[in-house]
Amino acid sequence: MSEDWSHLQALEAESVYIIREVVAQFRNPVLLYSIGKDSSVLVHLARKAFYPGPIPFPLLHVDTGYKFPEMLKFREEFTKAIGARLIVHRNEEAIAEGAHPLKLGVARCCGALKTGALLQALEMYQFDAAIGGARRDEERSRAKERVFSLRDAFGQWDPRNQRPELWNLYNGEIHEGESMRVFPLSNWTERDVWQYIREQNIPIVPLYYARQRKVVYRGTNWIPVDNPEDVRDGETVVTEWVRFRTLGCMPCTGAVKSQALTIEDIVAEAGAATRSERETRVIDHGANTMEDKKREGYF
Amino acid sequence: MSVGLLRFITAGSVDDGKSTLIGRLLVDARGAFEDQVSAAQRDNERRGGKGIDFALLTDGLKAEREQGITIDVAYRYFNTERRKFIIADAPGHEQYTRNMVTGASTADLALILVDARQGLVTQSRRHAYIAHLVGIRHVIVAVNKMDLVDFNKDVYDRICSDFKAFFQQLGPLDLRFIPISALQGDMVVQRGENLPWYTDQTVMETLETIDVEQQDSSHLRFPIQLVNRPPLPELGDFRGYMGKIASGRVNLGQQITILPGGRQTKVTGIFTFDGERTTAFAPQSVTLTLAEDVDASRGDIITGIDDAPAPRTQFEATVCWMSPKPMKAGGKYRLRHTTRLVKALASGIQYRVDPNTLEEQPNPAELRQNDIARISVKTLLPIACDSYRENRETGAFLLIDDNNDTAGAGFIE
Repeated sequence: MSEDWSHLQALEAESVYIIREVVAQFRNPVLLYSIGKDSSVLVHLARKAFYPGPIPFPLLHVDTGYKFPEMLKFREEFTKAIGARLIVHRNEEAIAEGAHPLKLGVARCCGALKTGALLQALEMYQFDAAIGGARRDEERSRAKERVFSLRDAFGQWDPRNQRPELWNLYNGEIHEGESMRVFPLSNWTERDVWQYIREQNIPIVPLYYARQRKVVYRGTNWIPVDNPEDVRDGETVVTEWVRFRTLGCMPCTGAVKSQALTIEDIVAEAGAATRSERETRVIDHGANTMEDKKREGYF
Repeated sequence: MSVGLLRFITAGSVDDGKSTLIGRLLVDARGAFEDQVSAAQRDNERRGGKGIDFALLTDGLKAEREQGITIDVAYRYFNTERRKFIIADAPGHEQYTRNMVTGASTADLALILVDARQGLVTQSRRHAYIAHLVGIRHVIVAVNKMDLVDFNKDVYDRICSDFKAFFQQLGPLDLRFIPISALQGDMVVQRGENLPWYTDQTVMETLETIDVEQQDSSHLRFPIQLVNRPPLPELGDFRGYMGKIASGRVNLGQQITILPGGRQTKVTGIFTFDGERTTAFAPQSVTLTLAEDVDASRGDIITGIDDAPAPRTQFEATVCWMSPKPMKAGGKYRLRHTTRLVKALASGIQYRVDPNTLEEQPNPAELRQNDIARISVKTLLPIACDSYRENRETGAFLLIDDNNDTAGAGFIE
């Protein structure tokens, strides 16, 4: 058989297969929807997988209260337009106690508002499988994680004790209380994601496009300071042409200098990038590594 | 197989420069970013090393960086103008045979590294055998550290002929050799100036241009993943069979057989999100509709009417044992074959294969982790399988134990 077949078509077919396996093998799956570009691709693939039917599981957004307003607006419009069922969960207790990265430190803040909230929601709704948009090229501990990644009753990952994963035979067998995290985009790179968004015309949050923003330079990142409370002593607020390569919480997500105004510009930028996108995420660079956070249940 | 995507595995012995080679491919093709390279550099300096240790770039887990060994399979990605590449980087030690089998299971090509000073060693034999077992049909032997043998052509030629002789015992295959110095970069991405007597392609050129077109069976095999009956009134009694075509092609109007039952009917629709199709081929994911309301569900396989395999409840297979809990004859498992899960009995162990010598050791008492052996399997319900040599998708299976662990990987004879 000889057919021209692009790498994006191959990745799409594989991801659709994985998403269908989740529905076939689990009682109550959910898709973790972070509003970012990878989530946009994931939801698009889920629509493709079950066409002409609707997506047979809800989307779950773990809201920390620190997301960009543009993200929340996009979330409402996008999920409504495609008719998806959306669940929003917040760790209200931690939010009421005023959890903030400046107060708690980044690791503890993420632990409460993201990991804690996620585990709460999985338990509350009794989800036994959670589909996420993480990719193996993002970070080196993720390079070793399985597509079907087992979590114990406490939501924790044990990297030394992972099931072998061969061919496309995904073992979704679990005991009571355990759950599975599933990563259909494991084999995609940032560049693949952007090329696919362009090819398929997938809607994304406008924050990915460059515009002038008020930012401060902190560590190695341009951090947006839409909220004056986020400015620390000694920092100077400047206006720069920037865009976001990844989207997280406002106080902890860095922007990059960019003039990319169209999807074509972004694809070109992703192809020529010399720094990884996770570099702009403050959470990845503390003493607490991604591997540590994943062991605790972080995505 | 996809023209735009090449999946390959790298295998090598301890200290043969595998990490250096991967690091060079990644950095030169921008599969590794500057901040990731500097993180690896910081880790190395923290340990008292100098410069970049490429292994720190690929070894993702703390335990691996601390012990300086690759434990698990790591997947790495890079693109060039011509292709996207997925590297499964597997450890070379004997106690990690199962990891190499895992990494190889999705690969189209194996890149086997050998140290020019050592030549064909025991480990190389095992790597070649595993590549063959897992059905990889394209092998590149990269003879590394040519700089340490003065780029001597005689040394290289001798290693090539040793490998050819060994591979001949295994069967036909597309076998290529490239002399390289991963450290200095000769014949990896750049040609360098030290190997003027070698006029063929570099490693990167070979990876970019090698033809790994689907060579699996052209027979239609469509394992049903799910039956789609959308709860939407406008779709009426739509009943779609969702799956990924494992091999061959399906055409609108075609007569098909549903296995293991054997009922025949006709394809009335090939649905995708991007429109209805008149034909679809492996490895596409599609949804089929059939002429009658037949009894077909997850685990059944749709095939053509002339080339349907006879469903079986007994077969011979080679297994690679994955679990630390040994397998004994009479062991009961769940067997995962395509989308079907059935109860199975490992009814007998004929012999164990020594992957270093290919020697067959008859009647072993049990199989331990990393053992490779010929066994007999009985299943409670029939499965529609092919031999692994003919079809890597419908000839493969997993054995899952009481603890839900993936205990064994099987290749049907």
